[in-house]
Amino acid sequence: MDDFYRENILDHYRHPRHAGKLANPTHSHEEHNPLCGDVLRIDLHINEGQVIDDVAFSGKGCAISQASASMLTEMIIGKTTDQAKQIGKEDILEALGIEIGPVRLKCALLSLKTLKMGLYGLSEADWQKDDETW
Amino acid sequence: MFNTTEIRQDFPILRQQTHGKPLTYLDSTASSQKPQCVIDAMNDFYCHYNANVHRGIYQISEQASAAYENARKKIGRFINAHSWREVIFTRNATESINLVAYSWGLTNLKAGDVIITTEMEHHANLVPWQQVAARTGAQVKYIPVNEQGQLDLAMFDQWLTPSVKLVAITHMSNVLGVIPPVEEIITKAHSIGALFLLDGAQSVPHMPVDVQALACDFLAFSSHKMLGPTGLGVLWARQDILTAMPPFMTGGDMIKQVTLSGCTWNDLPWKFEAGTPAIAEAIGLGVAVDYLSKLGMTNVRQHEIEMTGYALERLSQVEGIHIYGPFDPQLRGGAISFTLGDIHPHDVAAVLDGEGIAVRAGHHCAMPIHDKFGLPATTRASFYVYNLPEEIDRLVIGLDKTRELLGK
Ligand SMILES: Cc1ncc(COP(=O)(O)O)c(C=O)c1O
Repeated sequence: MDDFYRENILDHYRHPRHAGKLANPTHSHEEHNPLCGDVLRIDLHINEGQVIDDVAFSGKGCAISQASASMLTEMIIGKTTDQAKQIGKEDILEALGIEIGPVRLKCALLSLKTLKMGLYGLSEADWQKDDETW
Repeated sequence: MFNTTEIRQDFPILRQQTHGKPLTYLDSTASSQKPQCVIDAMNDFYCHYNANVHRGIYQISEQASAAYENARKKIGRFINAHSWREVIFTRNATESINLVAYSWGLTNLKAGDVIITTEMEHHANLVPWQQVAARTGAQVKYIPVNEQGQLDLAMFDQWLTPSVKLVAITHMSNVLGVIPPVEEIITKAHSIGALFLLDGAQSVPHMPVDVQALACDFLAFSSHKMLGPTGLGVLWARQDILTAMPPFMTGGDMIKQVTLSGCTWNDLPWKFEAGTPAIAEAIGLGVAVDYLSKLGMTNVRQHEIEMTGYALERLSQVEGIHIYGPFDPQLRGGAISFTLGDIHPHDVAAVLDGEGIAVRAGHHCAMPIHDKFGLPATTRASFYVYNLPEEIDRLVIGLDKTRELLGK
């Protein structure tokens, strides 16, 4: 268990990167995980060059969902939207670096789901389809 | 004498370790562990007299039928039913309540009628009533509940008019632990001609429940929360009510005579048991009920009061904890829900899991009451006959560790 809450996760949980909201986001999206009551909002600012030049996340949730959101913001800032679109579930799990059971997987991937649904208008069904092949 | 250390010897799973630590099982409100005698009885059925019930003209089928019906009698006596005919086997408490909602509810409710329940119900005693209300035009009213688990009975009194046809309330909340004053509520419900359904999923396992003394009309409970196997539940109801109710599901076993133009229903209780029942499970629950009766339900309740009192005292000293439900153990069962500062209940449960402690985190199938208190989730610890005070000490240490690790 001390493994589960590894130093990198605790670090992002205690000192979240890009926490808060953007004053002038070009994209903003909020997702819920009704089973555990997690709420996550991601704001993006995308410039004319299609580069994500600013990002912020806000909401409530467990350490895993908060840390993964914080890690995701680090992954996408400065990237083009096309590059950001390449980020997949494996990348999040790799960044977390722990074994995650099926229940907590939803927490771990809430930030990615929020990004994908907000940034490319992916629907709930698209996201779940992805889940089937997971 | 109630000797927890001896009782623990009867539960093989409790000898096990999890994450290299002794298993501290504090989630009996969700499902209880099973004693060896229950496991053995089911095993014995499968090894020695496994056969379908009721129609076999050969020895092991007759043996299976007798064991199945004998289990029903034991369970009937356990809740002091007037007759074994009032004891119907279902899949779980949820199905028992659905049986009443669909069979009795759809037949007897109409637009303008009122069903009264509370804000703290398990979804099992809430969603079926919403469904039946939507189909019949009846209305569901929810008695308000505060953080200490007290019902707003003044509100209930105001709602008592002849349009109230059913009052359906839990006997012990699986979130707040509270045991509401059901005797008073039953008397009032009957005074205006309403029927009363008691959700006994938490009370039947944990305290003496006597349907004749309570004078309720329906009682629903689950085998798996009272040392018995999963896949079996019980609906008890007064015989005159059951006789007037149409079947819930139809098919084999529940009929007397079938022709291509129609059929006549079987006698009680089989009218409500369509298809092959959970035979091994019923036999298992029969043995679980023997086990609980030998311990004595008054002693079971007393042990729970002591454990709950100790837990409330110890837990209330944990920094940042907020405990829901009554503080007087006499007013409640041993399901204790709490929050720990800003730490998400999933994180609390995950850290405790690492210490070998099994607790539940979430909304415990009672979203409305969590919404009311503005909580996405709580952590819940709960106790049963096999739990020791030192397990509460371990929980407290685990919570301190959680705070050190994740407190901000
Ligand atoms: C108060 C209450 N009612 C009903 C139920 C439903 O029981 P089951 O899931 O066994 O049908 C539960 C189970 O948690 C409960 O605690």
